[in-house]
Amino acid sequence: METEIDTQAIDTQAKVPMPAELAALVAGEATALDRLTGQFRTAAAADGLMDVAYRVVDSPVGALLLAGTERGLVRVAFAREGHAAVLDSLAATISPRILLAPARLDAAAREVEEYFARRRQAFDLPLDFRLATGFRREVLAHLPDIGYGHTASYAAVAALTSSPRAVRAVGTACARNPLPLVVPCHRVIRSDGSRGAYLGGADAKALLLALEAGTA
Amino acid sequence: MSRPVPPFEVLVASHGATVLRVCRALVGVQEADDVWQESFLAALRAYPASGNVRNWEAWLVAIARNKAMDHHRAAGRLPVPASDDGPEAAGCLAAAGGDDVVRSVEAGQDADRVWAALAKLPPKQREAVVYHHLAGLAYAEVAGLLGNSEASARRAASDGMRSLRAHLAQDREDCS
Repeated sequence: METEIDTQAIDTQAKVPMPAELAALVAGEATALDRLTGQFRTAAAADGLMDVAYRVVDSPVGALLLAGTERGLVRVAFAREGHAAVLDSLAATISPRILLAPARLDAAAREVEEYFARRRQAFDLPLDFRLATGFRREVLAHLPDIGYGHTASYAAVAALTSSPRAVRAVGTACARNPLPLVVPCHRVIRSDGSRGAYLGGADAKALLLALEAGTA
Repeated sequence: MSRPVPPFEVLVASHGATVLRVCRALVGVQEADDVWQESFLAALRAYPASGNVRNWEAWLVAIARNKAMDHHRAAGRLPVPASDDGPEAAGCLAAAGGDDVVRSVEAGQDADRVWAALAKLPPKQREAVVYHHLAGLAYAEVAGLLGNSEASARRAASDGMRSLRAHLAQDREDCS
């Protein structure tokens, strides 16, 4: 429908060029906006309006998006997943009341940093598993049983679950793990000893296993 | 078919500046911060809005406009979107010193003088100039906010810009 296309065009169109007479009005706006958005995030959190808070941290496996709800960490995402796309998906599945709020994820950021510095072997964070349901959730619950520096095959993980022959489903559960790193799906490898796929990429999986083996 | 609702952070990042311009124009630079906060908190509280919002920027500007009206009602006065120094004082002050003159020539205009000139416009023209030329909304959206036709919005914005230029020119003469 034509009207539908029109309204979409309005939303994405280039800004109307500003007449020179008005240019002085927008000078110095950026400083005011930084202050205002900071105050706004604080007020939004205090009023219980921030359903999802997020921040991005640097790591040896690239920029990591950390997102949390009031229940705990809900999503860890690699850059290759597309952080904007991940946030869009959180908006659709959890709530669009999503704000950048670094302070709310201080604990998660600190533990991730400690992990990469080899000063932490297990994560001690409240986790929100709402993005994994059913069998996938069951698989994730077993992954922390694989100790730091160890690996297990997809088949071995399946053997721990209520469906011991669901090897492929274990692979799917790992591939869709909403909390990689923190829930260690990188420790699940193929029965032949090859590493297998990883949602952070094969290089990231190799790096994490080497890090934990002390050979990085 | 409903369109996907973006993370609210995207709205703050993409439209925060637009809303600030509108707030400053409608309630003055000093009061604008409070109205901006109230507007975004109200928007977040209502988010995602019921009904079919086609343009989030226009939706935010409409909320800011309402908050600005509330603000004026609470203060018991009519909109006077000028700097606290008053239009005349601000206008001549900016052109007083040699450096100021150079700077204001370089920057095109001094902000206080422009706010003051904007405040002299009739409300409809002022709002049309602010929504279209300063906030960058399309005439269709401006018409939605002003409750008139797209043609009327376009005319109000164009008349408003002409008056604004005349006021600024007059201002320069008065101060020289």
